[in-house]
Amino acid sequence: MTERRVIAHVLRRLTPGPTAADIDLGVARGLDATVRQVLAPVPPPALPQLGPAAEAALPKGATKEAKQQARQQMAAQVAEATWWWISRLVTTGSSGAEKLTFFWHGHWATSVQKVRSAGLMLAQQQAFRRYGTGASGPLVRAMLRDPALIIWLDGQRNTRKAPNENLAREVMELFTLGVGNYSEDDVKAAAKVLTGWQVDRSAGTARLVAGRHDTAPVSLLGATGVFGVDEFADLLVRHPAHVPFLASRVWARYGSGDPVPAELSAILPAGDPAPESTGTDGNVVAMLRALAVHEAFPATAGHLVKQPIEWVVGAVRQLAVPDLAKARKPVLAALHALGQVPFRPPSVGGWPAGQAWLTTAAAQARLRSGQALVALAPDTVQKVAQAPAGERLDAVARLLAVDGWTDRTAAVLKPVAAAPPRLLALALATPEYTVH
Amino acid sequence: MDVITRRRFLLASGVAGGGLLAAGGTAYALRDILATAGDRDPAARTLVLVTLYGGNDGLNTVIPYADPAYATARPALAYDAGAVLKLDDEVGLNPALTGLHRLFGEKKLAVVRGVGYPRPDRSHFRSMDIWQTGRPDRPENTGWLGRWLDAAGGDPRLAVSFEPVLPPLLAGATSAGATVPGGSVRLPKDVSTAQLTALGAAAPGEPVAQGRAAACFADLTRVQDLMHDVADTEDDSADATATGGSSQSLESQLALVAKCVQAGAATRVYSVSLGGFDLHADEKQAQENQLAKLDKPLAAFAERMAAHDVVIAVYSEFGRRVHANASDGTDHGTASDVLLLGSGVRGGLHGEPPSLTDLDQGDLKFKIDFRDVYATLLADVLGSDPARTLNGWTGRLDGVLA
Repeated sequence: MTERRVIAHVLRRLTPGPTAADIDLGVARGLDATVRQVLAPVPPPALPQLGPAAEAALPKGATKEAKQQARQQMAAQVAEATWWWISRLVTTGSSGAEKLTFFWHGHWATSVQKVRSAGLMLAQQQAFRRYGTGASGPLVRAMLRDPALIIWLDGQRNTRKAPNENLAREVMELFTLGVGNYSEDDVKAAAKVLTGWQVDRSAGTARLVAGRHDTAPVSLLGATGVFGVDEFADLLVRHPAHVPFLASRVWARYGSGDPVPAELSAILPAGDPAPESTGTDGNVVAMLRALAVHEAFPATAGHLVKQPIEWVVGAVRQLAVPDLAKARKPVLAALHALGQVPFRPPSVGGWPAGQAWLTTAAAQARLRSGQALVALAPDTVQKVAQAPAGERLDAVARLLAVDGWTDRTAAVLKPVAAAPPRLLALALATPEYTVH
Repeated sequence: MDVITRRRFLLASGVAGGGLLAAGGTAYALRDILATAGDRDPAARTLVLVTLYGGNDGLNTVIPYADPAYATARPALAYDAGAVLKLDDEVGLNPALTGLHRLFGEKKLAVVRGVGYPRPDRSHFRSMDIWQTGRPDRPENTGWLGRWLDAAGGDPRLAVSFEPVLPPLLAGATSAGATVPGGSVRLPKDVSTAQLTALGAAAPGEPVAQGRAAACFADLTRVQDLMHDVADTEDDSADATATGGSSQSLESQLALVAKCVQAGAATRVYSVSLGGFDLHADEKQAQENQLAKLDKPLAAFAERMAAHDVVIAVYSEFGRRVHANASDGTDHGTASDVLLLGSGVRGGLHGEPPSLTDLDQGDLKFKIDFRDVYATLLADVLGSDPARTLNGWTGRLDGVLA
């Protein structure tokens, strides 16, 4: 595989969709420097000012009209926050930082449909940025007291009198350990440890209410005692199943739908230890760095189906849509049709992966959305048109960061090469562009 | 988590990852498939499988109102004898299930009591995985109806889901069912069927995921033909319900099933679903709302299908804990009832209900293995050998399906 193909593959996986210029720069820098650059920490951005959460501030006995107005305001704030995030994925897409934030969002999958607050969703997202680039302990600690997650999994319904197991179970099953690495007794014990947390929606904070908290000692994951939320987090991240579990989630989103090959299973959980990781602390950035520079990684090219967010953000970046605001409607329509709207994962399990995105319905949606997006990028269409007819397929492959077309696809694209808008739109729906 | 859907189960389940891969590139000659579409055996029955995602509370669906242990275990959630729609002196239906109650009175609804599997798993993922793969003993990467489809020849048109994401139960080892959201194919202008057919061909040496992406286009051309056939036989506006990939209400899914059945489509299995049953808090009213979303369209569908050989089966991945939690909800449980309706179904209560006091870690002990239900549906509705699809399983339900 050529150096350019390796760099293109790495950038397709680590970022939300590289442009030809990103790949050119990567080739000039070389693989190691590119990977470091792309995974370098980025300061958390200033969050958009959405205004107060009117729903939380409603007095008891508010009128129907007031409630409706508050609901509408909430929906508008959620729409603003969603578009702000998608725009950020587009504009900062040369870096891998926001894709990693999206990874964590899909991992600790929380939906605004139940949280009903754009502010709490953005606060959770900011915690992913702040704690998601280092050892996993601080992130687990932050999440166990995250207001959005607590609301999402009924944490504030969990009291000493009779615990609600929802948050305790999902934390172990989906977020830290994986099925089979804890018992039903651990679920019940963890639920007790997590009793008593209450969310103040107006302030956007969570606090422990002593009267609702169960202080009885429990046996939890092999330890016995009275545990607080931080001790529970520590038990989770020190559990032998934790780092391999995280590594498997990283592999599923960044590596392949197939099992980890032997030469990578050894290095992935440990990650690339230098400089800020000890090698066993669940540092996902270190895992990604080790994965991206490994000689076995290029063989995974084409193994992953692009998530809808990757497909659409990549397309907007590569088409260089000049007026991003105009893309808001078609981008959201594409994400709705393909089934991946940010802040709205279908469940606590997050979005599906791989083949689940490959349906007859999704194929239609890509055909339609491709046309809508190309229509917003006349300059890019013009650039393709300037290439001689015989070179347009290559020009489009370069533009869309595709390594090349199979004979099958080339035979479909060639007849439309005379019509650059159709060529580009069809290229966005091809099997080659659908995977990465 | 009140927005649980089938998609949540795809992530942890190996089904979507492994099972579909082999399907890529096995494009059938279109004319061969079309030639069989009109050849439907007039005696062939159709199965409509209704999946309730999130774990429906079975004890507040078919309610043991006369058992004192019921109200004791969940005082704030319990229905009393006056509130339930009585089936007999022991049990009654949730007050939201008026349509199903009417069908029960007409001996058209069978309630199979206490269905589950050994060593129950209380994870949504694992339990739904077990129900959809039909294998409680070890991880499996094909769905039970996907394996039936493999054996039935693998034409995706035989097993259809009107949802944007393929449910794992329809993923076989060498084939997969078709997803048809909205029941219509909407191609943008400038895209021709010839282009789709060409893109649908396998390319030598391409990655399997890319091959499957290509195969989607081949599936699309087949589905397009199927829907044209249906549209030709009944002048109705399926397109008006097209939602462009967003998830459909149960009512609109069942309306599309009815339309295909009445048009004589070759499809033998339809998968439809309703989510939102994971009610850890403030359950009572929320579950009634959910059950109303099930009852009205299901009863109407059953009545519309009376003249056709259609069997409907309704299940969820588990029931819920016998005792309520402090949030007036229930946590994840185990065994629950399966509902059967339609052609040849013998109405009534079938089997023994699990005890409310002899429990397994606070949960009901199952009485009937779910594979007995599947085996009966495979043999009596789909006319196939259950042992082949269910890894040698030989159990059956007696006296429920004629």
